Amino acid sequence: MKENKVIKVGMADLNTTTAPGILTTLGLGSCVGICLYDPTTKVAGMAHIMLPDSKKIKNNSNKAKFADTAIDWLIEEMIKKGARKYRLVSKIAGGAQMFAFMNKNDMMKIGEKNVIAVKEILSNLNIPIVAEDTGGNYGRTIEFYSENGILLVKTIGHGIKEL
Amino acid sequence: MGGYFDNNIVIDILKEIGNIGAGNAATALAKMLNKRIDMNVPKVNVLDISDVPALIGGPETLVTGVYFKIEGDLDGSIMFVLDINSSQTLVKLLTSGYQNNKDNEIDDFTKSVLQEIGNILSGSYISSLSSLTGLNIKISIPSIAIDMAGAILSVPAIQFGQISDKILIIETEFIEGSDNVKGFFFLVPDYDSYDILLKSLGVSDYEGK
Repeated sequence: MKENKVIKVGMADLNTTTAPGILTTLGLGSCVGICLYDPTTKVAGMAHIMLPDSKKIKNNSNKAKFADTAIDWLIEEMIKKGARKYRLVSKIAGGAQMFAFMNKNDMMKIGEKNVIAVKEILSNLNIPIVAEDTGGNYGRTIEFYSENGILLVKTIGHGIKEL
Repeated sequence: MGGYFDNNIVIDILKEIGNIGAGNAATALAKMLNKRIDMNVPKVNVLDISDVPALIGGPETLVTGVYFKIEGDLDGSIMFVLDINSSQTLVKLLTSGYQNNKDNEIDDFTKSVLQEIGNILSGSYISSLSSLTGLNIKISIPSIAIDMAGAILSVPAIQFGQISDKILIIETEFIEGSDNVKGFFFLVPDYDSYDILLKSLGVSDYEGK
């Protein structure tokens, strides 16, 4: 019997797997976990992005850090494993605002900005978002199962969700 | 512009600020508790962002984060992070033995005590930075979160992420009798404020070196 391989995806990192592999990222806060899936070949990919846009940052060599460059790179890696771009669907989680402040501060809204950027990029690529668990003020650990495309979202004090 | 942390002079200066700031924070804590507080020499580290959660027990470890914005001549933020055991120990010390009854949940009283401790420690840290640089620096009211280390640390990591793939951490350990409290400070000046901070400390030409 083949054992389910669990592959960890760190902060500003991405990885891909094929069934029955499981991709996980631990403790997502304002970052966003982007999960792409080709249901036919069961190729799954996960990216853990920190910032919305590589073009606004000078120090942008780490492609997995930014929503725009990470998604492009993730798709390339999935195609190498046999996925087809037109079949890809996505599930996203994270983008929390961990600390609340009364007055307006752009940095504090970074979670929300990350989510907006990810949605826009996926929409431009015609990749449908079939499920999401974003926002709020709490952290999330996510597990993405390549066997069936299920995304498990675990929290401390806010329950477990299956997307 | 390369990484600020590629430059040794910059790192040394930030380390020294860390030492002085943590020392003042320990003094403040001793006054607050009216007890003798010993402190280990703070460890100042520049780490890859992805390695930071491991330092505090892994991305899913429950930690307390108290977060402030820095305002005035510098913009940015400061965060004080404690693991959950250290959080409980500090609350116990400060309240002469108050115990949070629920095992997995932090009650409001404990939260407000932690928020206030974070306030005093970060305030004394910032005031030493202020007197060292001659800059007028203030901190905002605190905001507290108790959650997974990875999630809490994503906040300073993202802010550092705009200027570097590395993050500067000041690890301090306070000791009262048999109780140890380990805390971490993250000082994150905004992009433009780095120049102001370094210039005020006499480092004006660091770029590209």
